[in-house]
Amino acid sequence: MSLFGSLFGRGTKTSAPVARDRLQILLAHERTGEGNESDLLSKLQAEIIEVIKRHIPVEQEKVQVKLDRGNSVSMLEIDIEVPQIRTPGRR
Amino acid sequence: MAKVLVVTSGKGGVGKTTSTAALGAALAQTGQNVVVVDFDVGLRNLDLVMGAERRVVFDLINVIQGDAKLSQALIRDKRIETLSILPASQTRDKDALTAEGVARVMQELREKFDWVICDSPAGIERGAQLAMYHADHAIVVTNPEVSSVRDSDRIIGMLDSTTEKAKGGGKIEKHLLLTRYDPARAARGEMLRIEDVLEILSIPLLGIIPESEEVLRASNLGAPVTLSSPDSPPARAYAEAARRLEGEKLEITVPTERKGLLARLFKGKS
Repeated sequence: MSLFGSLFGRGTKTSAPVARDRLQILLAHERTGEGNESDLLSKLQAEIIEVIKRHIPVEQEKVQVKLDRGNSVSMLEIDIEVPQIRTPGRR
Repeated sequence: MAKVLVVTSGKGGVGKTTSTAALGAALAQTGQNVVVVDFDVGLRNLDLVMGAERRVVFDLINVIQGDAKLSQALIRDKRIETLSILPASQTRDKDALTAEGVARVMQELREKFDWVICDSPAGIERGAQLAMYHADHAIVVTNPEVSSVRDSDRIIGMLDSTTEKAKGGGKIEKHLLLTRYDPARAARGEMLRIEDVLEILSIPLLGIIPESEEVLRASNLGAPVTLSSPDSPPARAYAEAARRLEGEKLEITVPTERKGLLARLFKGKS
């Protein structure tokens, strides 16, 4: 720590509390998701993509999935590049 | 009635073999018959840490495959009469360790010894599973570091589900052994605190082994740290952990360096 930092309190935040919080969030998810069958988010992801595929031809590589597991809220972000849709009935 | 104890962790390099040797020696010093069994087939090291590497003739796999009798494979420690070691094999054949073979050897060891201490390999595969399968007690060795804590959590889940005890509806007695702990760094917020690790893993604490140069020195010399420098902080921590294993209720502290006479005379003047 620099002289300035030590004179005016902690220059950097301590890292141990960060480690503790990260572990608590991670393990809460890993314990419920033993074997991954009961992982709600991955189920949701698979089913949402399936529904969309039923209506639009979706290429696998045009699907971006982002997941952010938080303490109280988790975020599942599915980004699908949809090809030009032609209105049915007109050729 | 013999007790079977597995020393496990999931993660490698956290101190399973060091702890097996130190606790085995500490328990044997009280006059009980103790055997330490190396389950790390292919990467045997307990013999080296115990200083018995030049005396290995037969090993666990030889006994399992019927090429040697158990009594031929057991190596008696030169320092403590009641301490024996059963070395692992150096074979690269992972299937050499069979469930039936291990069950047979464990039964025979139970009849001969008061304590059977199994040094588990790292990981969660066959070797680790077989090392814990017959255990009554488990010591989960954990460093105050995120990856070690995560792996310990996995191992605790396995202890509660894939062992003989768990399958029979019983429970393995689990104990946490926190190793390489540095009280000063924890106080500065640079290292997970004891309470943090306990809260996350929620199994009872068996002991805290402080980070110490003596541990490397002991393995250099091929002696359990409880024998090579019995007054050092890690040795005292291991000795106390061994007494707790026997059911003694001792307050858990982090042993520190004992000050010499001179240092004590000039206490606080430095």
